[in-house]
Amino acid sequence: MKELVWLIPVLPFLGALLNGALLRGRISKKAAAVIACGIIGLVAVLSLLIIGDYLTSTEGQSPRVPFERDYYTWIPAGAIHTVVGGVRNFNVGMGFLLDPLSCVMLFVVTFVGFWIHVYSIGYMAHEDGFQRFFTYLNLFMGAMLMLILGNNYAVMFVGWEGVGLCSYLLIGFYFKEEFPPYAGRKAFITNRVGDFAFVLGLFALIANFGTIKFTELFPKIAANRTLMEGHYLLGLSLASFIALALFIGATGKSAQIPLFVWLPDAMAGPTPVSALIHAATMVTAGVYMAVRSNVIYQLSPGVSLFVATIGAATALFAGTIALAQYDIKKVLAYSTVSQLGYMFLAVGVGAYTSAIFHVMTHAFFKALLFLGSGSVIHAMGGEQDMRKMGGLRKHLPVTARTFRIGTLAIAGVPLFAGFFSKDQILGAAAGHGHWVLYGMGLLTAALTACYMFRAFRLTFHGEFRGTHEQEHHLHESPPAMLWPLRVLAIGAIVAGYVGIPLAMTFDTVDLNNFDHLVDDVLVSVKGIANPEHHTLGFELILIGASIAAAGLGIFVAWRIWGRRRGMAGEEAVVGFYPPGHRVLENKYYVDEIYDATVIRGYWAFARGLYRFDAAFIDGFLVNGTRNVTVHLLSLGSNLFDKYVVDGLVNLTGRLLDGFSRGLRRLQTGYVANYALILAMGMFALVVFYMVVLRRG
Amino acid sequence: MLEITTNHYLVLSFALFAIGIFGIAARKNMITVLMSIELVLNSVNINLIAFSAQHGNLTGQIFAIFTITVAAGEAAVGLGILISLFRLRETTSLDQATDLKG
Repeated sequence: MKELVWLIPVLPFLGALLNGALLRGRISKKAAAVIACGIIGLVAVLSLLIIGDYLTSTEGQSPRVPFERDYYTWIPAGAIHTVVGGVRNFNVGMGFLLDPLSCVMLFVVTFVGFWIHVYSIGYMAHEDGFQRFFTYLNLFMGAMLMLILGNNYAVMFVGWEGVGLCSYLLIGFYFKEEFPPYAGRKAFITNRVGDFAFVLGLFALIANFGTIKFTELFPKIAANRTLMEGHYLLGLSLASFIALALFIGATGKSAQIPLFVWLPDAMAGPTPVSALIHAATMVTAGVYMAVRSNVIYQLSPGVSLFVATIGAATALFAGTIALAQYDIKKVLAYSTVSQLGYMFLAVGVGAYTSAIFHVMTHAFFKALLFLGSGSVIHAMGGEQDMRKMGGLRKHLPVTARTFRIGTLAIAGVPLFAGFFSKDQILGAAAGHGHWVLYGMGLLTAALTACYMFRAFRLTFHGEFRGTHEQEHHLHESPPAMLWPLRVLAIGAIVAGYVGIPLAMTFDTVDLNNFDHLVDDVLVSVKGIANPEHHTLGFELILIGASIAAAGLGIFVAWRIWGRRRGMAGEEAVVGFYPPGHRVLENKYYVDEIYDATVIRGYWAFARGLYRFDAAFIDGFLVNGTRNVTVHLLSLGSNLFDKYVVDGLVNLTGRLLDGFSRGLRRLQTGYVANYALILAMGMFALVVFYMVVLRRG
Repeated sequence: MLEITTNHYLVLSFALFAIGIFGIAARKNMITVLMSIELVLNSVNINLIAFSAQHGNLTGQIFAIFTITVAAGEAAVGLGILISLFRLRETTSLDQATDLKG
């Protein structure tokens, strides 16, 4: 069964080909939806079978041996010089890899992806470009699956760019409006900044190790520790350089400081896109890549700490912004940025499995929340401002219930999925003694609970604040949208139970299966010790702190926005310290700062180049060349032509002219003269004959 | 008694030739020039016949007959040109016919 792994990325591409090219505009919406969802459903089932096959066939191995297939040589680059191993052939194969990490990602992407496809049928039913939408969605799935299944960085990078492209296409899906295409471009260009660094990191890997195939590369890295820790560039060790380059790539894709600005704007796309790409799957690609490259991060503690700091800072920063947003999707977008910050915090402190665990639980509850918000927006006729909502739970009971589950899960309420993963990350931060990072994480946890309950209360409780028309239009969404909500709600509850920390069973039963599974992809490096195990009491205190933080957040939210106070509570918050609220509502003016510095700076730079071009290149070089040519060279050429070439011609003419002027004198026209010459000639001949010849 | 030898003929021939050349070069009337040409041609004929007699064969005499024939043709053409010139210029003076001057 696992031999069929190549089908997983190929099938969605096939779907995109069918809907996007072969059957474009020829089939009904229904048929297009059946093709797109059917293929993703097939892929999801196939993935489950393949994952099952892989896990059973590697049962008992420690660590599990990855299943790998190279299908063909994609880039036969030939001989290159490498630091390790001298000159060797460098070929990149098109190949796929199955190991516990890709299995987890495969499951999350196909499962969540399938339900979001189903949801899209209902959500997009009345939209133009229905088939185009499903084409892009299939294309995205293909690229994403390629990203997580690729057995080397190059295949991963193709998927990485592919999802970026689909993200761009889907953000700008409503291309007739002004803002979405702009947001799409912003996302694409911001990602390019990160990709530049990512590619630099790959080049450093190729130049040093001559391979980018995971199963060959990582053992080599682990074996060449001295090389990795030696100085490479810019005062960084090789490991730090690569780790930093890859992390900068990840900040673009996974929306971390400073490249997070595109993600909130990406909400201009249709809501299922926000759920699939900008919450559950694509934005976690950076985390996946960092976890995949864990050996590099293990060898670079400095960059790891940097990653953790950026992660924690992003988590806190985005969390505070989410607190003051009124657009329901913007709240969720900043929440996503914040949760991605958590994941990088986990990567930074070395809790790689916890990062992937949070990727998985987050995929469930954040997809659920986005789809719930989509259901609300659908019912509100496109309205996204929470100030115009309120009391929607009466009209949208299923949406409200599932949204509440999502809120509880993300808030970290015990027994919901988010609790387990978030607690593990915070535990890891505390366990490594990063108390400042732990504090930031804990504060973010409280903030998360607070802003999510605020969003929930403002949307679903209190009095309806929209127009009469909107109130009349309110209706629960069709079943195609409700079933995904229900399924993902169950996921948001149970997804955490695959990784129950040891401390939660009071060290009696080891239920942390997830950790043991994904642990296999961690490359052990000689001399780097695993984190020590903490005492049960310490762990329990940490768990208690997490619960307390979530509780505090919910309590504060309840006091302000609960008890039917709704907008009154919001006004109280705004009135408490208006300038502070304004700063948060305007997202710390980060976009404005970027506009004033980076974008305007770039324009100024471009204008400078333009002036340089106009003045120096055009003015000095080009016109100068022209002046030299025209005034000097052509003048010289002209003179040469005039006096040397023409001179020769005229000289010939004058010579001939003078000569013939002399000859013309002979032609007098008098016959007598001719006769005389004739006679004299004859006389001369006779004389010649008689005097000269006779004598000899 | 003076015997007539080839030398006498040659002297006569040279005299005639010289008179002919003088006539061609010095006279302006075209008729006179044509007549001088006849003199030159006939001086050559005398030469040919004199040598023919001296050598005792007929080659020179036959050659002289050819020369007379050519001279007749030459005189006909020359007189034709003369008449054309006269019609054109109303004169027979060669000094008036210098159009080929270079």
